Formats: sequence, structure tokens, C-alpha cells
Amino acid sequence: MRLFSNAAVLLQKELQAEFRSHELLTTASVFILIVIVLFSFTFDPTSAESRQFGPGLLWLAFLFSASLMMQPSFLKERTNDTLSALRLAVCDPFAIFLAKLCANSIFLLITQLLLLLVFGVFYNVAVLSVFPQLAFVFFLGSLGISTTGTALSAISSQARMREVLLPLLLLPLLVPVLIPSAEATKALFEAEHKLRWDWLGMLIAFDVVFLTALWLFGEYLLEE
Amino acid sequence: MIKTGLYTFLVCALMSVTAYASFYIAPTEATMGLVQRIFYLHAPSGMVSLTAFLVSFIGSIAYLLTKKSKWDWLAVSSAEVGVAFCTVVLLTGPIWAHPAWGVWWAWDARLTSTLVLWLLYVAYLILRTMIEDPDRRAQISAFFGVFTFLDVPLVYGSIWWWRTQHPQPVVFTSAGLDPTMRKVFYLSWLSLSCLMALLIRQRYELEASREELRSLEQELEGN
Repeated sequence: MRLFSNAAVLLQKELQAEFRSHELLTTASVFILIVIVLFSFTFDPTSAESRQFGPGLLWLAFLFSASLMMQPSFLKERTNDTLSALRLAVCDPFAIFLAKLCANSIFLLITQLLLLLVFGVFYNVAVLSVFPQLAFVFFLGSLGISTTGTALSAISSQARMREVLLPLLLLPLLVPVLIPSAEATKALFEAEHKLRWDWLGMLIAFDVVFLTALWLFGEYLLEE
Repeated sequence: MIKTGLYTFLVCALMSVTAYASFYIAPTEATMGLVQRIFYLHAPSGMVSLTAFLVSFIGSIAYLLTKKSKWDWLAVSSAEVGVAFCTVVLLTGPIWAHPAWGVWWAWDARLTSTLVLWLLYVAYLILRTMIEDPDRRAQISAFFGVFTFLDVPLVYGSIWWWRTQHPQPVVFTSAGLDPTMRKVFYLSWLSLSCLMALLIRQRYELEASREELRSLEQELEGN
């Protein structure tokens, strides 16, 4: 239980830091907005085409923005040398990961839902009628992205060329998130608004596998 | 030294026999013709690369649990050899696909997942070059090695569900493959597995020598 209370305190710290500066949320939202706008120049899609290609575009933009958003997660702790203090303060190092991945999931989900509405307006796709279902798909997707992204942020913060390294490690690893998320979103955009449990099952499997792996092996990334 | 030489000689002999069998003993396939013979290099290379990645995963897990450098050497050696065999698969695939399917590349399940697998392990090898301290490098890359290997079934599952137009496996089913073809296939699998073991061993020795050199240099600097 102490694990969760430790993680809750750290999560509060992460949220407070972000909601004071709004650095991550602003930059990630503007980044996704730019991608959405540029997309119309390259494809000039009709409403039907947007429903077909939009989910892929959205998830690619989410993945790229996540690889930028996760970057400072552990880097700021190393720059200020606060990681050792964090390690001493918690009973289990997994609490640090848990707090950071929850914070990253929340930030990612907020930007995703915000930009989903913008996407709906720009490309004339009805998103409000399936908003709760889409939010569920986005939650599962962003949890998977944050779990792996947070772990890899701890890796890249200790390496050279870290800005390039994180997307290079993260993006191929996220293929099993990209495909089910984009397909589940596409099914919800279609006329039947179907919630595809086969794809959601795959997302849940990804989340469970990597959360367990991080819980089992995460502490090795924080050893000095 | 003599043992390594003898083993290398045996592997070369086995590879030559396999090459001869693939070209002259295995019958020519009725519809695809000569180009089908690339199958004796293509499919076993894929299986050998997966074996090498499995060995790399075992090395990574064992390093995390024991912190003994030899496991890290095994992990990096087998990952490199796995990438080499995976590259062979990705090169021989299009050579076969062009006459058989009419295109060099198709985004079908097996091709795509092999490409993602290759990208994952190339990322693993790049990561290793970005960390200077050997102990940190071993620790971090072992963690990433575990993550990568856990991702493999999920990559295969999701891409498989997404689409497939690859010829279904015929090797392990009772029907479909000519008995001589099957024998040549198994021979090829055996010889490529022996080659994999030889390459991993040589690469492991190289890593051990590097470590020895590094500790000697440190000793010299200390004096």
C-alpha cells in the first residue's frame, strides 16, 4: 500500500509542476495541431477520406508528440540531481515510475482529447457522439505509450544523443499500440460506431505486459 | 585455437554440402521454378535469427539477475548475429517475392513483422553505442533487450491480425512439402544454426578480449 501512497505524492508533484508551467501540454498540443494542419495540405481529404485516414494520422501525431513529451520525464531529475533523493524517499523504486507514467498518461490523454475535437471540426468528422468510447480507446493507448515511454526516458537520460535516441527506441516498440489504437479509432469513426474489442484486447495485453515488466525490472534503470 | 579452427572448418563443410543440396539434390518446384531454391536460405535464416534473439533475451535476463559481464557479452553477441540473419531474410525475401508476387515488397504480416523486429534490434545495437560506461551500458541494454523481446509476440500478433497474404507455413505440417525438399530444408536449418553458434562464439570472444584490454588499460593508467 505504501507503494501507492508514495506514487500518489510523487504524482501530485508531477502534476503541480506541469500545471504551474504548462510547458508540456502547450508544446505537445501545438505540435499535434501543426501536424493536423499540415496533413490537409498533403492530402486535401474529403470527409469520407478523413474518416479513413484520420485515425492513422492522429495516432502517428500522438506517437511523435509523446516521444517529445516523455523526453524531460527523467532528464529533469538528472539535471537537478534529484533522482537520488527520490530513490531514498520511496519504499519501492517502482513508485517513481508509477507516478511518472500516470502523469505522462494524463498529459497525453488531455492533449489527445483536446486535439480530437479540433480534428473533428477541421475534417468534418462527428466525434462527439462516440466521445466516451474514443476516450476509452485513447486511455488504453496512452497508458501503453506512457509505460514504455517513461521507461525509455529513464534510459535515454543516461545516454548520448538522447533527443534522437528516445524516438528511435520508442517508435518501433510502439507498433503494437499504433495498429490496434488506429484500427479501434477507425471503427468508431465509421457509421456503425463499433467498439472493436479484439483491438482493445490487444491494447490491454500490451499495457499489462509492459507494466509488469517495468514493475519487475524497472529498478535496474535507477541504480547508480 | 585448434578447436575453433576445426569447428570453423566443419561449419564451412556443412554449409558447402547444404549449398550443393539446395541447388542439385532438392527437386525444382513445379510452379515457382528455380527461384524457390532461395527458400533453403530464406526460411532457416528467419528461424535462426529468432533463435539468436531468444539467446539474447536469455543473456539479458541472466545479466539483470546475476550482474555477470559474460551474460551481457552473450546478449550483445547473439543480438548482432540475429540482426545479420534477419538482414539475410529481408534481402532474400524480395528476391523471391519479385518473380513470385510481381512486387519487391508487400506489406504482409510476416514481412512487416520481420522488418519491425529488425528495426527493434538495430535500435538495441545503436543504444549500446550511446552509453560509455560498460556497467551502465550492460544494465540498460539488458533492460531494453527484455523490453524488445517481450514486444516481439505483440508485434507479430497485431500485424498478423492486421493483414496477411504470405504463403502459409508448409514445413511443420504433414502435407505440402516434398520429402527431399523437407530433408534439404532441415539440413540447411542445421548448418545455419551451426554457423550462428560459431559466429556468436567468435563475437563473444571478441567482447571478452575488449574487456580484458580495457582492464589492462585501466591498470596501466593506475600505475
